[in-house]
Amino acid sequence: MIHYIFLIPLLPLIGFLINGIGWRTIPKNMGGIIGCGAILGSFIVSLGVFFEVNTPGFHTQIIPLFDFIKSGKLNIPFEFQIDALSSLFLLIITGVGFLIHVYSTSYMHHDEGMVKYFSFLNLFVFFMLLLVLGANYLILFIGWEGVGLCSYLLIGFWFKNRDYTNAAKKAFIMNRIGDLGFLVGMLMILYTFGTLSYQDFFKNLHDAPKLPASTYNWIAICLFIGATGKSAQIPLYTWLPDAMAGPTPVSALIHAATMVTAGIYMIARSCALYELAPLVSNIVAAIGLATAIIAATIALKQYDIKKVLAYSTVSQLGFMFLALGIGAYSTAVFHVMTHAFFKALLFLGSGSVIHAMGGEQDLRKMGGLGKKMPITKITFLIGCLAISGIPGFAGFFSKDEILSRAFASNPTSPYLFVMGIGAAMMTSFYMFRLYYLTFTGSFRGTHEQEHHLHESPFAITLPLIILAVLSIVGGYVGLPGVISEHHALESFLSTAITNRSKFHLEESTEWILMTVSTLAAVFMIVYAYTATKKPNFAPTTGLAKMMENKWYVDEIYNAIIVKPLQSISGLLDTWADKKGIDGIVNGVGKTVKWGGDRMRVLQTGQVGFYIFIMVIGMIALFSISFLLVK
Amino acid sequence: MPVTSSNYLILSLLLFSIGIMGTLIRRNAIIIFMCIELMLNAVNLLLVHFSHLNGDVDADSQIFVFFIMVVAAAEVAVGLAIIAMMYRKVHSVDVNILNRLKH
Amino acid sequence: MDFYDILFWILSVMAVGCALGVVLSRNPIHSVIFLILTFFAISGHYLIMNAQFLAIVNIIVYAGAIMVLFLYILMLMNLNADAEPQKGLLVQIAGILSGGTLFLVLLAATKSAHNEEINKVSTNVGLITNLGKLLFTKYVLPFEISSVLFLTAMIGAIVIGKKEPQLKNGEEHIA
Repeated sequence: MIHYIFLIPLLPLIGFLINGIGWRTIPKNMGGIIGCGAILGSFIVSLGVFFEVNTPGFHTQIIPLFDFIKSGKLNIPFEFQIDALSSLFLLIITGVGFLIHVYSTSYMHHDEGMVKYFSFLNLFVFFMLLLVLGANYLILFIGWEGVGLCSYLLIGFWFKNRDYTNAAKKAFIMNRIGDLGFLVGMLMILYTFGTLSYQDFFKNLHDAPKLPASTYNWIAICLFIGATGKSAQIPLYTWLPDAMAGPTPVSALIHAATMVTAGIYMIARSCALYELAPLVSNIVAAIGLATAIIAATIALKQYDIKKVLAYSTVSQLGFMFLALGIGAYSTAVFHVMTHAFFKALLFLGSGSVIHAMGGEQDLRKMGGLGKKMPITKITFLIGCLAISGIPGFAGFFSKDEILSRAFASNPTSPYLFVMGIGAAMMTSFYMFRLYYLTFTGSFRGTHEQEHHLHESPFAITLPLIILAVLSIVGGYVGLPGVISEHHALESFLSTAITNRSKFHLEESTEWILMTVSTLAAVFMIVYAYTATKKPNFAPTTGLAKMMENKWYVDEIYNAIIVKPLQSISGLLDTWADKKGIDGIVNGVGKTVKWGGDRMRVLQTGQVGFYIFIMVIGMIALFSISFLLVK
Repeated sequence: MPVTSSNYLILSLLLFSIGIMGTLIRRNAIIIFMCIELMLNAVNLLLVHFSHLNGDVDADSQIFVFFIMVVAAAEVAVGLAIIAMMYRKVHSVDVNILNRLKH
Repeated sequence: MDFYDILFWILSVMAVGCALGVVLSRNPIHSVIFLILTFFAISGHYLIMNAQFLAIVNIIVYAGAIMVLFLYILMLMNLNADAEPQKGLLVQIAGILSGGTLFLVLLAATKSAHNEEINKVSTNVGLITNLGKLLFTKYVLPFEISSVLFLTAMIGAIVIGKKEPQLKNGEEHIA
């Protein structure tokens, strides 16, 4: 089956081409079938690949496709690398992607550009697959850039609205800033080690004599900058909440399950590098934790469903980076998987709610929707329980693993653990605030909206149900050490990535930690219930106001970065461009014109004058030739 | 003092220079034209002298003179036609007035 | 002094004198007459150099045809000495100076030329047979093309000199 690996990215590419070229002519149902069918095909092949990888004695395979760059000493072939990490990501991308495609057939049914939408979605999946399948950093980068492009296309899908296109531009530009860091990192790798392929690079790191730590630090930090752009960490995270301007399935697929996890994938893949750069690992953990906390504080006070979920995504990504920073690479991947399930579920559920509310996204206008939309309510509840880390659900296992390993990395001063618990508590609070305000209580919207409320069609609820099931059972592949000796996921991934080995905790400590986190989560759920019993939407002041306004980060960026840049551009435009370059070009013309005006005087029109000048010329010529000959 | 080659040279150059002076001094277009013919003849003279100098070998110069005359004839025909037409327009052959080239 | 030399000097003086007459005379008709005399002098030079054909052609073509053409045009314009304008004094001086300078420069340029004694014995080169032979073998192409040249000149002269058709008042003349 592995030899059919090229089908995995090829099918979505074909889907993109068919839908993309014929989007005006292909009927909507056909477009949907083509889109979903392509991803389903990829999913089936990915399953086959996964099972083949899972057989014992499997070694990482490189599948070469064609020569890509071959110039002098530089040789970068186009190859795919099949190992545990890439096959797992393949399953996540194609599986969750397929469910979201099915969801979109119903959600986008009334949109006239639906077939175009499916072509973009297929293109996105194609690039994402390229990203995880690549055997060297260059192919990863191609996929990296490609998903950035598709993100832009899909965020600004309803292009007639100026705000949406601005959000798309913002996402793309912030991604680009990160990409610069990534590119610099890649060039440094190429320069120092002469290769970009994973196997050669990691072998080099392992075998070759140790370079000064600063080399590894610089490469690692540059790659990390790329990850902050793509995975929405501080300082490049402000694009993600604005990206909610796109259709909800887009938010589910791109900004919850797949694209934003590309940064995690990249760092997990480069785990050998980060092990040699402990300073940068600490920075990664610190930024991840800070992002988790700050994003959670903002989410506490948001009134748009999708914005709450967006900040929640940023916060959960922070958790993943925390895990990466402390060296628990497989834990981060575990959380990627479970997060994909429950975050996609939450987004799709919110899409169902928005659909029922006729496009309304403001919490303050909702309430009591659970009566009319039971399936959505139950699946949403499952998602909230999963994200809060309630035992039994998927999120508990992955989140608890992160927290306990955070504790284990520094048992004597467990500030990472404490702050992590704080962020987790805030997570429970804002998620359940969202749940209660939306699905319980009394309806606060308009009369027509109340009439319009209905449960969503099957194509929407089926993915919700499937994802809900996955949000429950998905965590059992990674049982903590106290319950089971065998951590299925970690051993599966161990062929590809290795964690730092100092995560050993005593059994009793681990039980205590689990209990603490569970109790904290439950406490916040109850507190959220009481806080939202009588919803108070008065205008906020002080700290709450700052949280509501996202700590004014966007405004700060605008003042510090955007405005000076624009004024410099304006300056250059006037002085360098208009007066300088245009001046020179126009000046040439003006000089020629001036010269011509002076020369024009010679053309008197009188033949006698012409002959006179001719005679003078002849005299001059003869004298000169005469003198020269002499 | 025997006549040498330089005599003919000086004669031809003199005639040529007189022709040039004539074109520069006179204002009547037709007189200027005639001075041009004078210049051509000066050249013809020199060419014939060279042919005579080189003896039996060089008859090409005389052929060349012949063709100069041919061209001069054609040129005079067309040139005078032009001057006649200008006269019809401006009723003068003063070269200072015939300055339409200026525009 | 040889007979040849005497003839040379007489003809030279005549040529230069008449050339000066062409340039300096006020009446244009007088200029034409002087030019014809100059042509005769030059033809004389041709004869003493035994270029018979060219001498005759010079008289026939130049003095006979071209000068007559000039005379026709002059008669057409009905010019006489009164109407003859003069260029400004400055221009005249400039013209004379530049002409003179040109003469001197050319003279200096050719000063180092080889100064040969002329062969007083007449050569056979200028005879019409020899020239004819050359004209119809080596230079036959220019010879034939010159007929085309004349045709073009004729047509050109006629077209240029054609009287424009009478136009109604207010219409622009046909360019």
